[in-house]
Amino acid sequence: MSDAVKQEEQLGMEPRRLPSASICCAIGWLGLLLALGLFGRWLAPYDHTAIDLLDRLAPPVGFGGSFAHPLGTDELGRDLLSRLLVSIQMSVLIACGATLLGAILGTLLGFLAAHVKGAVEQAILALVDFQATMPFLILALAILAFIGNSLVIFMGLLALHGWERYARIARGLALSANTQGYAGAVWQLGASPARIYLVHILPNVMATLIVSMTIAFPEIVLVESGLSFLGLGVQPPATSLGSMVGNGRDYLATAPWILIIPAATISLMALSVSLVGDWLRDRFERTGLR
Amino acid sequence: MMFVVVRLARALLTILIVVSFAFVVLRLSGDPALAILTNEAPPEALLAFRQSWGLDQPVLVQYLTYLRTILSGDLGVSMRDGRDAFTVVAERIPITLAITIPALVISIAIGVTAGICAAFNPNSRLDRGIMLAAVAGFTVPSFVLGLLLVLVFSVWLGILPSGGAQHWTNAILPIVTLGVGSAATLARYTRAALLEVLDRPYVRTASAKGVPWRLTILSHALPNAAIPMVTILGFLVGQLIAGAVVVENVFSWPGVGRLLVASVASRDLAVVQCLLFFVAATMIAANIVADILYSLFDPRLRASTHGGGA
Repeated sequence: MSDAVKQEEQLGMEPRRLPSASICCAIGWLGLLLALGLFGRWLAPYDHTAIDLLDRLAPPVGFGGSFAHPLGTDELGRDLLSRLLVSIQMSVLIACGATLLGAILGTLLGFLAAHVKGAVEQAILALVDFQATMPFLILALAILAFIGNSLVIFMGLLALHGWERYARIARGLALSANTQGYAGAVWQLGASPARIYLVHILPNVMATLIVSMTIAFPEIVLVESGLSFLGLGVQPPATSLGSMVGNGRDYLATAPWILIIPAATISLMALSVSLVGDWLRDRFERTGLR
Repeated sequence: MMFVVVRLARALLTILIVVSFAFVVLRLSGDPALAILTNEAPPEALLAFRQSWGLDQPVLVQYLTYLRTILSGDLGVSMRDGRDAFTVVAERIPITLAITIPALVISIAIGVTAGICAAFNPNSRLDRGIMLAAVAGFTVPSFVLGLLLVLVFSVWLGILPSGGAQHWTNAILPIVTLGVGSAATLARYTRAALLEVLDRPYVRTASAKGVPWRLTILSHALPNAAIPMVTILGFLVGQLIAGAVVVENVFSWPGVGRLLVASVASRDLAVVQCLLFFVAATMIAANIVADILYSLFDPRLRASTHGGGA
């Protein structure tokens, strides 16, 4: 790191700024969410579906609640801390899975468009235009209406969000890589197209694709929570941050904590990913890894 | 002229893809006759439906029949109230426009102003504050923002209604919730576009020859900064439509978005399909308007399309 800074100073470049406090907070928050997403289910004090009708709508600690339910309980007496942990896991799992699937799908289609010219390329580009034109939420709702819903369909559906961006980027980068010497050299050595694209071109375009993934991730979190909030995403007994907010909506006047806790979690998560994404983009641009 | 032809061809292609998309998902849903007419339909009705939509034919014939039916304007019947799907959708459109148009106007006013203020004091406290607010406004989900506004203005302060559409005050919270996202997007774009322009030689020339700074901004910088900003009009309209779906459900506003969610939940496929085409048409129109504005704002583009070398 210090070598890199020295090198940049020698080259007369502006030395790389250390991440600011807000970026550190954002990274810390994301790390915490990721850890909770991986292990949270086993830290949960109660089962997330366990009902305790004698202890309904208990407020959180600090607002008259007890440490038996640190974040309070909902209208059926279910422990909100446990539900929050399970929901974080569900939302992180869905968003990570959908982001990865979308990146793989889009990148492969982009490479395909760059490799196979003609009708296939035009068809992929027309689909890219279509996807970029239509608001994704509307497409998602139409697919849910026609095909129905399950966790697998839902994740596959969210993977369709933003694939066109990877496709566009991967195609452009592959086209420019093809004009550079290295792809042609490997081709002359007799490598298969799959090997050229996946082993030689992919590592060179990875940085740009990762930055796109940080843009897609918060958008997918928002679409997932929005659909779940509308009751059309994750279905009970499974729970996600969006469905927790939807659930808390009816108790807005009497028990606002049911809604505020998951709502704050979603907002901070999306905000953090956005801040980190902007910061990553700046860094890549400064080091020339566009 | 060529520009208009290409643009229209692309619009037609998008319409074709939207209709094909509806056809594919309708086929994937199983038997469209059952899906649209439901299980309770008498067998004769199912048979008649299959024949009229050509469902006993090969898939390619089915596709062409579907295209012909849709393009002739027959969008099916809503299974929930038995009326024409188009009528059901059309009567909700003005209700949605009543919140989306004010939201668009207000967000342009606030977003562009904030972007200009930020661009004139780059890296100042004001700039950072505006940009942080813009990132927050862009990332906070509209249902969270809407419900927090309800909590503050309806539950705690009790000055605004939390939902429904009985009075004009009911529209205030939905408009604000919808406008925040667009205002945030616009603020970011305006700032970026202006900073780009302020760096250009003609701005330096104008101030060097003694044109007052205010006039330089008004007559040189802003018109040029407006060119790239027009391109996000389509994006803004899409953002507003998606936002309206969520916001109308938060505030029980009886517009197109609420109809869409209710129709998806009850699988009223004719209405969902009609709404899909309606959104596609709106998006295509918005993009065409953006292209026309673009060519109006950018004389270079006008010269190259009209004169062709003149």
